[in-house]
Amino acid sequence: MTLISMKDSDGREEALRRMLLIREFDSTAGDLFADGDIPGFVHLYIGEEAVAVGACAALDEEDFITSTHRGHGHCIAKGLDPRRMMAELLGKRDGYCNGKGGSMHIADVDANMLGANGIVGAGPPLAAGAALTCQYHDEDRVALAFLGDGAVAQGQIHEAINLAATWDLPAVFLVENNHFGEGTPVEEQHNVENLSETAESYNIPGFTVDGMDVTAVNEAVEEARKRAIAGDGPTFIEAETYRYRGHFEGDPQPYRTEEDVERWQQRDPIDAFTEQLIDRGELAESELDDLRAEVEAEIEEAVEFAREADEPTPEEAYDDMFGEPVPEIERFANALRTDGRGGDPQ
Amino acid sequence: MSTQPDTPSADSTESMTVREAIRAALREEMDRDEDVFVMGEDVGNYGGVFEVTDGLYEEYGDERVRDTPISEAGFVGAGVGAAASGTRPVVEVMFSDFLGVAGEQIMNQMAKMRYMFGGKAEMPITVRTTEGGGMGAASQHSGTPHTWFAHFPGLKAVTPGTPKAAKGLLKSAIRSNDPVFFFENKLMYEQDGEVPTDPSYTAPIGEAAVEREGSDVTVVATQRLVGESLSVADDLAGEVDVEVVDLRSLYPLDTETLADSIRKTGRMVIADESPVSYGVHAEVVSRMVEDEFFSLDAPLQRVGVPDTHVPFSTPLEDEVVPDGDDVRSAIHQVV
Repeated sequence: MTLISMKDSDGREEALRRMLLIREFDSTAGDLFADGDIPGFVHLYIGEEAVAVGACAALDEEDFITSTHRGHGHCIAKGLDPRRMMAELLGKRDGYCNGKGGSMHIADVDANMLGANGIVGAGPPLAAGAALTCQYHDEDRVALAFLGDGAVAQGQIHEAINLAATWDLPAVFLVENNHFGEGTPVEEQHNVENLSETAESYNIPGFTVDGMDVTAVNEAVEEARKRAIAGDGPTFIEAETYRYRGHFEGDPQPYRTEEDVERWQQRDPIDAFTEQLIDRGELAESELDDLRAEVEAEIEEAVEFAREADEPTPEEAYDDMFGEPVPEIERFANALRTDGRGGDPQ
Repeated sequence: MSTQPDTPSADSTESMTVREAIRAALREEMDRDEDVFVMGEDVGNYGGVFEVTDGLYEEYGDERVRDTPISEAGFVGAGVGAAASGTRPVVEVMFSDFLGVAGEQIMNQMAKMRYMFGGKAEMPITVRTTEGGGMGAASQHSGTPHTWFAHFPGLKAVTPGTPKAAKGLLKSAIRSNDPVFFFENKLMYEQDGEVPTDPSYTAPIGEAAVEREGSDVTVVATQRLVGESLSVADDLAGEVDVEVVDLRSLYPLDTETLADSIRKTGRMVIADESPVSYGVHAEVVSRMVEDEFFSLDAPLQRVGVPDTHVPFSTPLEDEVVPDGDDVRSAIHQVV
C-alpha cells in the first residue's frame, strides 16, 4: 500500500498537509539557526516540497529511501516525527540519532529511511544495496535514492546506477534538479540539456518531470516503482525544482538575484496544489486555514519538545561506535579524561 | 600466559591451506545463514583471481556468489546499503590497493553509519581483500595498507597469520554486526596447517594467539611474517628462546596478551609488512611503553617496509619486503 493515495481527496489533502509541514518545519529551522539555537550547517528544502511528498506518497511504508544533505523534506514525507527531527537538529538525546547526527545525518532505519547524507552522491550506492536486499529477499519492496543535480557529476552515482541497471535491482534514482550545485549553475556543471538524458547510457528509462507539480512527481515515481517491482530494473527521474533559500543558511547567494527566486515562486508547488484542490471543490478556504493552523501548531510543539528534551551526557560520545564494543574506546577515554582534558572523570 | 581463547577447543582438525581455510569459512557461514552472500570482481564463475571462492558459484548459485562490474565504489557501497537493510554481505576487493576507489563509502558510510545514527544501524559487512609484495606485481598490486583501516574509527581489521586463524577470524567477521576488514596476504594462500573442522569453531576478533612460547624475546608478527618468525625461532632454538605471537587482530588490539608476553621476555620485535612509520608497529610499541614500561629490557624493534612503495624488479622488491632475515636481525639487536 502506498504511503499516501493521491487518487482520492483525503490522500491529496494529506499530501498538501505534508508539504505545508515541510515548509513550516524548515522555515522554523531557519529561524532557529539564525537565533543560534542550531549548531553546524542547515540546508533547507523550502521550494522543493512537491518532490519529496510526490515521491514518498508513491512508496510503500516498507520501501527504503536514501536522502541528501537537504534531507528534512524527505524525512517528513516518509513519515518521520517532526518532534524527534527537531530534537536532533538541536542536538538532543531524544533526536532520531540521539544528537550524534544533526541535520545532515537524520535517519530512521526502522522507518526504512537510511539517512540524510553529508556526502554529495553517496546515497545512490546505498540505495542500490538496499534494493539488492529487496531483490535478495524476493520482496515487493524498492529503494529510492534522492540525489541533487550536483550529485549527477559524481562518479559513484554512475557506479550505483550501472550496478542497479545491470542487475535489474528494484531501485529508483530521483534527481532533484534545483538548478544549482552549491553555488554553481547546473549548466556549468553538466554537458547535457536534461540530466535525465544520463539514463540512456544505462539503457534504463529516464525522463524529466515538473518538480513543482506534486502530482507529476507522484505519477512518475508510481510508474518507476511498478517497473522496479516487476523486476524490470531501475528508473532515472529528473524533477525540475528550485530552492528558495541558499545552499546553506547564511549563504550570501552571489550566483542569483532576488528576481530569479521570485520567478520560481510564481510557480510555488504548495500554492499551485492548493489552488487545484480549491478549484476542484475538495478544499474550502476555511479548511486550508485550519490545515495551516494545525501544521503551525505541530511544528510549535516540535520546537517545544526539542527545547525541553535532555542534552546527551558527555559520556554518550563513547557509545554506539560498534555493536560489539572494543576496549580501546574505554581505555583512551579514561586516560584522556583523568588527564583533565576530557572533562570530569566519571 | 593467556591461553588461546578460540571456541570450542580445536579437537578435530584437518590439514588445509589458507585458501582452503577461507573457502571453508565462507561455505560454513553461507550454510549457517541464508543472508550471507559473496560479491566481488570475478568471484563467481571465474572462482576468484586467487581461486579462493572456487566452486562456490556452482554450489550456491549466482544470487549468493555475485560477479560485480569493476566498480569498487559501486559494489562496496551497495554492500554497505545491503548490510544496513538486512543482509550480510561478504565483499571481495581483489587487491587492497583498490580500496581507495571505494574510499568514500568506507570512510563516510560504512564506518560512520552506526555512530551517526545513534547506534540504530547495524553494519554486518565483511570486506575480504589481498595484501603484500613478493609476486613482482609492482606498486599498485602489492601494498599493505591495513593500518589505514585499523586506524579509522568505526572499522575492525584482522590479519590472520595461520590457516586456523584465517578460518576462525573470517567466521567471526561474517557473524559480526560491525564492519570487519579481513586482510589476506597473497603469498600465504598455499601455506598449510591444522584447522578445526567443527563448524562452530571461531577465533574472536581482538585476541592474539601465542603460536610458540619462549622466554628471551617476543616477536609479535602478522600474516606471512608469523610463519617466517616461527622458522627463525626454530633456527635460533638453543641460542635464543623466541616467543612468537600472531597478532591476528589489528583493531581491536589484544594489549593484554602482548603485555603478558613482554613481562616474561622484556624484549619485543614487531614484524608487520606495512610501512613502518605510523603503523601497527608504532601502536604496539606505544601500548607496551604505556603499560609495561618497567618490563622493558631493550629498545623495541620494528620490522616492516621502510616507507617505500613495493617496486617491480625482483632485487628491488626483495630489498624492501620484510622477511625472516629481517626478523632475525631485529632479534639480534636486542638479545
